Amino acid sequence: MLRLEKRPTPSRFWLYATPPVAVILTMIAGGILFAAMGKNPFEVIRTIFWDPVFGEFAFYLRGQLLVKAGPLILIAIGLALGFRAGIWNIGAEGQYIMGAIIGASVGLAVFPTENRLIFPVMVIAGAFGGWAWAMIPAILKTRFNTNEILVSLMLVYVAQTILAKASTGFLKNPEGMGFPGSRNFSSYPAAQNAELIAGTGLHWGGVAALVTAVLAWILLTRHQAGFQIRLAGQAPRAARFHGVSPARLVVLCMGISGALAGMAGLFEVTGPAGQISIDFNTGYGFTAIIVAFLGRLNPLGIVLAGFLMALTYVGGEMAATNLGLPAAAIQVFQGMLLFFLLAVDVLTNYRFRLAVGAH
Amino acid sequence: MKRRNLLATAAMGLMLASGAFAQGMDKVKACFVYVGPIGDGGWTFQHHDGAMQVKAAYGDKVEIQYQESVPEGADAERVLTQMALGGCNIIFTTSFGYMDATNAVAAKFPNVKFEHATGFKREHPNVSTYNARFYEGRAIQGHIAGKMTKTNKIGYIASFPIPEVIMGINSYYLHAKKVNPDVQLSVVWAFTWFDPAKEADSAKALIDQGVDVIAAHTDSTAPLAEAAKVEGVIGFGQASDMAAYKDGPRVTSIIDNWGPYYVKRVGALLDGTYEQIDAWEGIAGGEVLIGEITDKVPADVKAEAEAMRDAIAAGTYHPFTGPINKQDGSPWLAEGQTAPDGDLLGMNFYVEGITGEIPK
Repeated sequence: MLRLEKRPTPSRFWLYATPPVAVILTMIAGGILFAAMGKNPFEVIRTIFWDPVFGEFAFYLRGQLLVKAGPLILIAIGLALGFRAGIWNIGAEGQYIMGAIIGASVGLAVFPTENRLIFPVMVIAGAFGGWAWAMIPAILKTRFNTNEILVSLMLVYVAQTILAKASTGFLKNPEGMGFPGSRNFSSYPAAQNAELIAGTGLHWGGVAALVTAVLAWILLTRHQAGFQIRLAGQAPRAARFHGVSPARLVVLCMGISGALAGMAGLFEVTGPAGQISIDFNTGYGFTAIIVAFLGRLNPLGIVLAGFLMALTYVGGEMAATNLGLPAAAIQVFQGMLLFFLLAVDVLTNYRFRLAVGAH
Repeated sequence: MKRRNLLATAAMGLMLASGAFAQGMDKVKACFVYVGPIGDGGWTFQHHDGAMQVKAAYGDKVEIQYQESVPEGADAERVLTQMALGGCNIIFTTSFGYMDATNAVAAKFPNVKFEHATGFKREHPNVSTYNARFYEGRAIQGHIAGKMTKTNKIGYIASFPIPEVIMGINSYYLHAKKVNPDVQLSVVWAFTWFDPAKEADSAKALIDQGVDVIAAHTDSTAPLAEAAKVEGVIGFGQASDMAAYKDGPRVTSIIDNWGPYYVKRVGALLDGTYEQIDAWEGIAGGEVLIGEITDKVPADVKAEAEAMRDAIAAGTYHPFTGPINKQDGSPWLAEGQTAPDGDLLGMNFYVEGITGEIPK
C-alpha cells in the first residue's frame, strides 16, 4: 500500500519540477485523447506546441502569443502577490472589466480631442477602476470579516451587468446605428493602444506585463512589503508577532491585483479588442489564476506560464481549424494542464511511503 | 453586335478590376467561423448544416474548414487571420459580434472574400453581408402564441438588445396582440447567444411569472427542455427545427436555412460571377423555413398560421404593416404603410403595448 506522508519542509526539487512534469503528462494524456478521436496525436501536439513558434505562419502567430500572454501575465502577477499572502482574489475578471470601462470612459469623454496625455491618463483611470472594484471585497473583509473569495467572485457578475449597460447605453457608439458597443478605438489615434512595432503584436500591455514582472520580483525578494507578504502566507502567527497588519496586507494585495487587472482590461479594449462590447472579456481574469499557479506564484515563472498558456490557446485554435478537432477537445486539453499541475503538486508537500501492515 | 462588344468590354474591365477572381476558380476553400459549438442544436448547428450542403453540392471542388466557439472580439481577428493565411478563399463569419474583426482582417487580405452574417458594415469591396428575415417567422409564432396562451402571458428570452432581436420581439408581440388583445409580453434579457444554464434560468423565470408560451432568441434547446418540465407550457424551435421536442413543448419552429445562400456564394466564386452583396432573404427566398406545426395547435389556428406563412411568401403580407405606434405612443407606421428595411435594421424601440424597457 502506498501512503502519503507530509514532508517536514516542502521539496525544492518538486517545486520547480512540477510544471514541466505536468506539461509532459498533459501531452501524454492529451495525445491518448486525440488518438481516441481518430487524430494523429503527434501531429496535434506538434500543431499546438511547435507550429505557432516555428511553423509556416510563425511570423504572425509569435506576435499573437504576446497579445494573448500579455494580459494573462499582468493579471497573474497581481493575483500571485495575494495568493502568497493567503489572500484569495478570485474576481480579477470583474476588476479587468471595470478597469476597461472606467479607462475607456475617460478616453471617450474627450473624443475626438488629440493629445499625447490622453492615453496615459486612460491607463491610470483603468488601474483606478480595477483598484476601486477590488477595494470592495478588501474593505468588506477588513471591516466585517467577509470572505473575499465569494465577494470578489460575485462582483464579477455585477461587473458583467455594468458592462452590458455600458455597451448598450452610456458608452454606446453614437454613430453605431443603434448597435451595442462603444466607438472603435482604432479610429481614435490618441486613445489607441496600437502595436509598437508593426507585426510584432507588442503593445503597451505587453511592455507593462514584462516590466511588472521584474518589479514584482524585486518587491518579493528585496523589499520589506514582499517579505511581509511571504511571511503572512507561510506563518500568519509569526507575521503578526513581526508587526504585520493583516488588514493592511489585504488592502495592499487586493489593491495591487485589482489595479493590474484593471490596466490589463484597458490595454485590451483599446488594443486587440478595439472597443467596449458586451462580451469583450474572454475570461482572462479566470485563466490568470491557472497561470499564477502554473508559474509557481513567482513573477518570472508567471511570464513563462503566460506564454505556455497562450501557446495552448493559439496552437489549440490551429489544431481546431486545421485538423478538425472540436473546440471542446482543446478545452479538455487545457483543463488537463491544471489537473496534472495540482496532482503533481502534491509531491511538493508530501511524499509517497510504502505502508507496512494495517493502520 | 454592338451590344456584344459592349458586354465584352465590360467583362474585360471587370476582369482587370478584380484580378483572378473574375475568371472563376478550380477549387475553393470555404471557411466558417462559429460562435458556439455545432452541438448547440440551433444557430451554429444550422450554419454547419449549410456548410455541409456546400460540400454536398460541389464535392471535390470545395474544401471546408471551420472553427467552433470563437469568442467575439480580439480572438476572432486572430482566427480570421489564421484562416486567411491558411489559404481560405471565402470566409463566412456567422455572428453579429464578428463585424469589426471581419472588416479589419478583410482590409489586410483583399483577395479573400468575407461574408458576415447579420451585420451591416461593408467597409471593403471584399466584404459582403447576409441575413434572414427572421421577424417573418416571429409573426407566425406570435399568432400561435396569442391563440394558445391560457394565462394571457407570453414570454420572450432575448439575447442582446440589437435591432435584429428587437424586431423579432415586436413582430411576435404585434401578432399575438392582434388575435388576443389581453395578451401581455414579458421579455428576459439573457445577454448571451449560447449559455444553456442561463437560457434555462430565463425560461424558469418566465414560467414562474405565469407565462405559458415561450419564444427564445438564443441558440440552445435549453428553454424547450425547461418548458418540457411544466405541464401546459409551450415553446418554439429556434434557428433549428428542434424536432426532438415535437412530442413535448415545441409546437413549431423557425428554421434558418443557410445552405442555399452558401451554395450560391461558393458557386459564384467557382464560376467567376462573385460580387459584393447585402443579402436579406426571408420566407420567400427559402432562407427562413417554418417547421411543422404539431397537433397541439388546433386545426383552425394551424390553418391561419399557414395562410400567414403563404401570404408572406407570396409578398402579399408584410408583418410590419401600419398603423403601428411606438411604445411611447408616437406614430411609426401610418395605416397601410409597411416598414422600410432601414427602419427595421436600426430598430431600437418597442411597439406600443409592450411594457418594460430595452436595456440601455
